[in-house]
Amino acid sequence: MASAFLSNTTISFSSSLSSSPLPRLLPSISSSPIRFKSNPRRILTVRSKIREIFMPALSSTMTEGKIVSWVKSEGDKLSKGESVVVVESDKADMDVETFYDGILAAIVVGEGETAPVGAAIGILAETEDEIAEAKAKAASKSGASTPSAPPPSPAPAATSTPAPPKPAPAPAPAPVAEGPRKTVATPHAKKLAKQHKVDIESAVGTGPYGRITSADIEAAAGIVPSKTNVGPAVVVETTPAAPPKATAAAAAPSSLPPPVPGSTVVPFTTMQAAVSKNMVESLSVPTFRVGYPVTTDALDALYEKVKPKGVTMTALLAKAAAMALAQHPVVNASCKDGKSFTYNSNINIAVAVAINGGLITPVLQDADKLDLYLLSQKWKELVEKARAKQLQPLEYNSGTFTLSNLGMFGVDRFDAILPPGQGAIMAVGASKPTVVADADGFFSVKNKMLVNVTADHRIVYGADLAAFLQTFSKIVENPESLTL
Amino acid sequence: MHSALSSLSFSQVTTVPRSNYAFDSHSSAFALSQPLNLRFCGLRREAFGFSSLTQSCSGRVHVSSRGLSKKISASAVGNGTPLKSFDYDLIIIGAGVGGHGAALHAVEKGLKTAIIEGDVVGGTCVNRGCVPSKALLAVSGRMRELQSEHHMKALGLQVSAAGYDRQGVADHANNLASKIRSNLTNSMKALGVDILTGVGTIVGPQKVKYGKVGFPDNIVTAKDIIIATGSVPFVPKGIEVDGKTVITSDHALKLEFVPDWIAIVGSGYIGLEFSDVYTALGSEVTFIEALDQLMPGFDPEIGKLAQRVLINPRKIDYHTGVFATKITPARDGKPVIIELTDAKTKEPKDTLEVDAALIATGRAPFTNGLGLENINVVTQRGFVPVDERMRVIDANGKLVPHLYCIGDANGKMMLAHAASAQGISVVEQVAGRDHVVNHLSIPAACFTHPEISMVGMTEPQAREKAEKEGFEVSVAKTSFKANTKALAENEGEGLAKLIYRPDNGEILGVHIFGLHAADLIHEASNAIALGTRIQDIKFAVHAHPTLSEVLDELFKSAKVKAPASSSPVSEPVAV
Repeated sequence: MASAFLSNTTISFSSSLSSSPLPRLLPSISSSPIRFKSNPRRILTVRSKIREIFMPALSSTMTEGKIVSWVKSEGDKLSKGESVVVVESDKADMDVETFYDGILAAIVVGEGETAPVGAAIGILAETEDEIAEAKAKAASKSGASTPSAPPPSPAPAATSTPAPPKPAPAPAPAPVAEGPRKTVATPHAKKLAKQHKVDIESAVGTGPYGRITSADIEAAAGIVPSKTNVGPAVVVETTPAAPPKATAAAAAPSSLPPPVPGSTVVPFTTMQAAVSKNMVESLSVPTFRVGYPVTTDALDALYEKVKPKGVTMTALLAKAAAMALAQHPVVNASCKDGKSFTYNSNINIAVAVAINGGLITPVLQDADKLDLYLLSQKWKELVEKARAKQLQPLEYNSGTFTLSNLGMFGVDRFDAILPPGQGAIMAVGASKPTVVADADGFFSVKNKMLVNVTADHRIVYGADLAAFLQTFSKIVENPESLTL
Repeated sequence: MHSALSSLSFSQVTTVPRSNYAFDSHSSAFALSQPLNLRFCGLRREAFGFSSLTQSCSGRVHVSSRGLSKKISASAVGNGTPLKSFDYDLIIIGAGVGGHGAALHAVEKGLKTAIIEGDVVGGTCVNRGCVPSKALLAVSGRMRELQSEHHMKALGLQVSAAGYDRQGVADHANNLASKIRSNLTNSMKALGVDILTGVGTIVGPQKVKYGKVGFPDNIVTAKDIIIATGSVPFVPKGIEVDGKTVITSDHALKLEFVPDWIAIVGSGYIGLEFSDVYTALGSEVTFIEALDQLMPGFDPEIGKLAQRVLINPRKIDYHTGVFATKITPARDGKPVIIELTDAKTKEPKDTLEVDAALIATGRAPFTNGLGLENINVVTQRGFVPVDERMRVIDANGKLVPHLYCIGDANGKMMLAHAASAQGISVVEQVAGRDHVVNHLSIPAACFTHPEISMVGMTEPQAREKAEKEGFEVSVAKTSFKANTKALAENEGEGLAKLIYRPDNGEILGVHIFGLHAADLIHEASNAIALGTRIQDIKFAVHAHPTLSEVLDELFKSAKVKAPASSSPVSEPVAV
């Protein structure tokens, strides 16, 4: 997207804009090509005054547009002529203004996402009563517009929330800091609170004079994600009918004997619910496992050398796996329909990370192509973003192979569940000094690490996995190629 | 070419014997001035040196003799009394940028000139305004760039954590101010302008007294007097400025501390520039604006875009439509407390607790103690009333002969370069050539990252005028996104906007928001000043790839009905 955009504009460097003057967005100009107004056909079928906001055509050549930013947030009141959203076309960023008064009930296409011209990008409700209906509509819109790509990985809690009707846990241990003084929050804290949908009144101020700082909001967002229940269900990947299903799945074990008296029931956070759903789904895939011992003395030596340059073990392993995958594309493939192989053109290594009460898999895209240092840098950014719950969908759901490492805890071997949509996952244990005998019968002590790969047997067979592991082991045992 | 001509006439004039001062010292001073690096007139000197080599001898004589005859007749007409009776031809009260510009031009016109300054040479601009703030903004721009990880990455750069040393930044600003100040002082001294130290007071027509406190006053006379006393930060009542936590731009430029959270009262140029500095250095900012929207005075479309880029993504929030009616500095373990009052209902609205407050509510003229009562002039809210030729108007609405007022003190356009332009215009009049400054051709700039610049009218102003006078107004826009150089710099965010008359191609206003906007505006302001029309300027060629092509595209995208002038250049040169 970005490169296509760049090349587009660079080509036009010498051409004057006169052939397609930037359109005026004011409603008074009726000849403007902007189609941000309700489609008349649709109005006939919609009983209440819920209007869709369409992706406008900002130039004659524009076929799709990217949302740069939403000027308004969900729930904001709009009055005619106000800027609502900023759209990037092939030539410029343009403010798009509303033709109607109302309330921005739902954002269908989020910031940074792209939609074709004419597609609904948001829903405008005339009154507050219609917001719920508009949201339902938005949910179906977003479900329909991206039917092929439900995020397979757990979504960050900040962007997707369970259906609003689900009652919030009433006795939630909400840290209430409201004294007689009014709440003081810094400008950035307020912005973050809005972004993460954190109720500022519920945050505990630890800044000077007890004010709420951005760190407090981040803490609040991490600790009390259930607070986000008030958030609208726009980016939820399923239709409104689905959350009860997910709840049902989560509640399946309730057929077990009643809980021991005195136990407490804590509902899943959104992220936990997503993990649960994915895990249950994985049962439909026939998987098998292959283990392999890998000698890591050379890798450990390399790690000591590059560590001061900011390279992490995660980056080293991801890079090694990516290089091995490049030679064994079938392990990087996936089986979408049970009838075919889907070979992925990119090698995107998802790495499982435990974060506060959840699990997320930030993705190192094109891990085979990036050098070790860039990869480490990228990884650092991703982890920071994951902690701040700011990962974009592409940054956690585009993985083609997953890496899970529990070695740092001393785990010597374990077995991972294959996430839906991927062909294989690698579980890495700790590297431990082990007595080994070589071909001549000489004993020595080498660091050995056990890796265990779980794969989808519909597409990856035993020999494939064994060959892949052999390549991986060779790369780790001769790690110089990792730094190239 | 124009400047070369005026320099030539100047050189000629110095050889004309004048009765009221020794020309010997003067001409030697002029010779000295040539190698000096002068900030405000460096280019002119160069042009002179160049033209004297290339101009033929006869041409020089011809041109200068014309200038000479004009000069003689002018002094005969303008001054009935013998020349001898005055100490100076021109006295300027205030050595800011306005006074300095007037003084240099006066010397060029052959006037014996003195400048009175009670504080430091350079005035607000050099010591407490544009100059040191540019030093801080240079730092903030770099910090911003280094901190923007994705910007760096898009360029393929890797930078580890950027940091700054507050004292180092403050020193940079201070050093810049003293350097420019000494340049200014030297340039005037070298040209033979007498710098009189002390507070200047007008004691009567063509008579000024000056002196330091505790010293006897000196009285000097001059044929003409220019008031150029400038302005000081305006602090609304109810606000207690302690110089530590509640400050004005004067204190902020010293950068004595960088607060975690600072409230900026006023979202004009000064407030915006400081928000850029403070947020780059890690502060969070809260704007307090009395009007209903931020950045009043900017073209609304530019303001909207600027808000999207300069305010929304940064750690800034704002309260609009409110007055800060009471601000108490931090003390006794309490933060700075700001009481907000609704601008319309006048009812208390909110209270803010912040670490510091910067008062950027504008500037008030500095005209107290000027002795205006001695010549029956009454100021209006402190401003000296003047006509369009900067001639001072007295209490009876009559012009005060030989007295002019330029710059912030008259309040026409409170910009350093406007003051300088007014000063030059006054000197032209004093030297016998009628001249009126076209204020619509004076550009203005706000040095945020990216910059904002403008000249002429905003769109609403132009439409209002069009309505009244019955002409049509059109608007053309170009984006920095379509400019190669901007994209190479990875700074495609920006917009240039042209407001013009489609019938005759007159440029009514140009507004730019984007990389180096402040440097780009001059093509438009020069066009307005010289009356160049769009249909002609669109044929001018711009180097590729440069940011100036943004304006090139802008002019080319305008749809003008009038045809291009037959031959804008007198003699086309084929190669």
